[in-house]
Amino acid sequence: MTTPAEAPLEAPGIPYVDPHRRQLSRRRARRDGIVASLSTVVAFAVLAYLVTSSPGWPKVQETFFNLDEALAAWPSLVKAFALNIKIFLVAEFFILILSLLIALGRGLRAPVALPVRILCTMYVDFFRGVPTILVILLLGFGVPALQLKGVTNSPVVWGTVALILSYTAYVAEVYRAGIESIHPSQRAAARSLGLSSMQTTRYVVLPQAVRRVTPPLLNDFIALQKETALVSLLGPIEVLRAAQISASSNFNYTAYVVAALFFVAITLPLTRFTDWLQRKDTRRRMAGAV
Amino acid sequence: MGKPMRRSLLLSAALPAVAALALAGCASEADTTAGSSSPSPSTSADCSPETLQTLTPGTLTVATDSPAYPPYFEDNDPSNGEGFESAVAYAVAEQLGFSQDQVTWITEPFNKSYAPGAKDFDFDINQISITPKRQKAVDFSEGYYTVNQAVVALEDSPIANATTLAELQSARLGAQVGTTSLDFITEQIQPTQEPMVYNDTNDAKSALENGQIDAIVVDLPTAYYVTAAEFDNAKIVGQFAAQEGGEEFGLLMAKGSPLVQCVNQALTSLKDSGQLQEIQDTWLVGEDAPYFTE
Repeated sequence: MTTPAEAPLEAPGIPYVDPHRRQLSRRRARRDGIVASLSTVVAFAVLAYLVTSSPGWPKVQETFFNLDEALAAWPSLVKAFALNIKIFLVAEFFILILSLLIALGRGLRAPVALPVRILCTMYVDFFRGVPTILVILLLGFGVPALQLKGVTNSPVVWGTVALILSYTAYVAEVYRAGIESIHPSQRAAARSLGLSSMQTTRYVVLPQAVRRVTPPLLNDFIALQKETALVSLLGPIEVLRAAQISASSNFNYTAYVVAALFFVAITLPLTRFTDWLQRKDTRRRMAGAV
Repeated sequence: MGKPMRRSLLLSAALPAVAALALAGCASEADTTAGSSSPSPSTSADCSPETLQTLTPGTLTVATDSPAYPPYFEDNDPSNGEGFESAVAYAVAEQLGFSQDQVTWITEPFNKSYAPGAKDFDFDINQISITPKRQKAVDFSEGYYTVNQAVVALEDSPIANATTLAELQSARLGAQVGTTSLDFITEQIQPTQEPMVYNDTNDAKSALENGQIDAIVVDLPTAYYVTAAEFDNAKIVGQFAAQEGGEEFGLLMAKGSPLVQCVNQALTSLKDSGQLQEIQDTWLVGEDAPYFTE
């Protein structure tokens, strides 16, 4: 136990707290910590016991958590997952650019830009309303059926285009929310400083808006990472399909569990990063309020 | 100030216990249902509706996937007795002593048919090939049909006139997921390009028509059906001679199902009486497709 009155307490900016109260609250924090850890350990232990002692567990373990099956499926899953990552990276690149253009298009206020606004709104309404899986099927089987000269019929290309179309609509709305969340006084102030409308958007509105919507943007990209699995409907073997092939030829679902872990492994860093950004953003905005 | 703390202590200690109780409730419930629906295998070969330990006493519950495709089923209605597998199912039922109206059909997705736990059917008939690996998870009846794999291509495809395995290796091939056709591509043909894999034969057919693939590999009866009824301009390029022992379709049953013995007896007598061959001749006819050579 350290003595309560130490240098940091008197540091500027930290309000003075009665040493006795400080000691009490520290003791309580420690106790809360112990209770929380104990409760967590007990809860997980009970859960683990209940699952592993259930009558069906040996069969479930054999069917879902079979090490031999996992090792056998591993090489084909790794190879297939490379396709998911490729699709994701290409799609994300285009989505970031296109969705910003759509969001800006919807924000145009000049009368002459009305058709642009209408088109952008229609685009968002349509592709946000139609399930991604349908866009993939329609583009992947529909466009090649047109037999257009010089147009690729590659299922990977059309699957990726479908993901781009679908997710651009979601992400454009995220951008728009960010742009509209910037108080009008910011724009007014920028204009009164002599910035043009374009400059105001570029130097004042967008930097604030993008920072504000970074967590939901990353959220959409995590969702996109998972949706790459839908491209398998058109024929290419991505990780989920590879797992399905393994499962149905061996009547064992372990490969599905491995594929799930692949997705978690790649989305987890992104998820934690999003959490961190969100916390940082909250702290920044709440500064002074607490 | 001691009071609120004690309450929160109590609460946090109680939480896991409550969760445990709730879960124990679920577990014991699952326990009893699992116990009642998986009776010990009968050793007697007394096969009559009264003694057979079917899911619902006096009823034979038969499963297949939906949609149910020709020539194995007609009009996506397994209960009409038309199509090869519908007819086989009713013939087996008849042998076991079940009348037509004592047979109930349910829809069982292929992916779910081999899940661990109690099954909601007595047997599943769904062009499921018997393989040793699959037999670790479920029980199969004896085979009721020996199936060959065949290659279907459009008439203007580069491999439309292929006669050897080697000629197929450069082709872009497609198959339905979960089928032995896919294993056949990867293990026997070993193409230079990765095969395309589809949810069902309809998607594979779209891809073939779109030129996304050069050919599809399907079982021979399906090949006859799609070339005759669904494409104007497709042909069976060839079929493959059966592998060692032959690939056979079997009825899928739960591991340790009490019905296996009786179902096998029924199939044996259907084979011996020639009735199975008759059913096959009725529903699975087609001109002889050429065989591929090595």
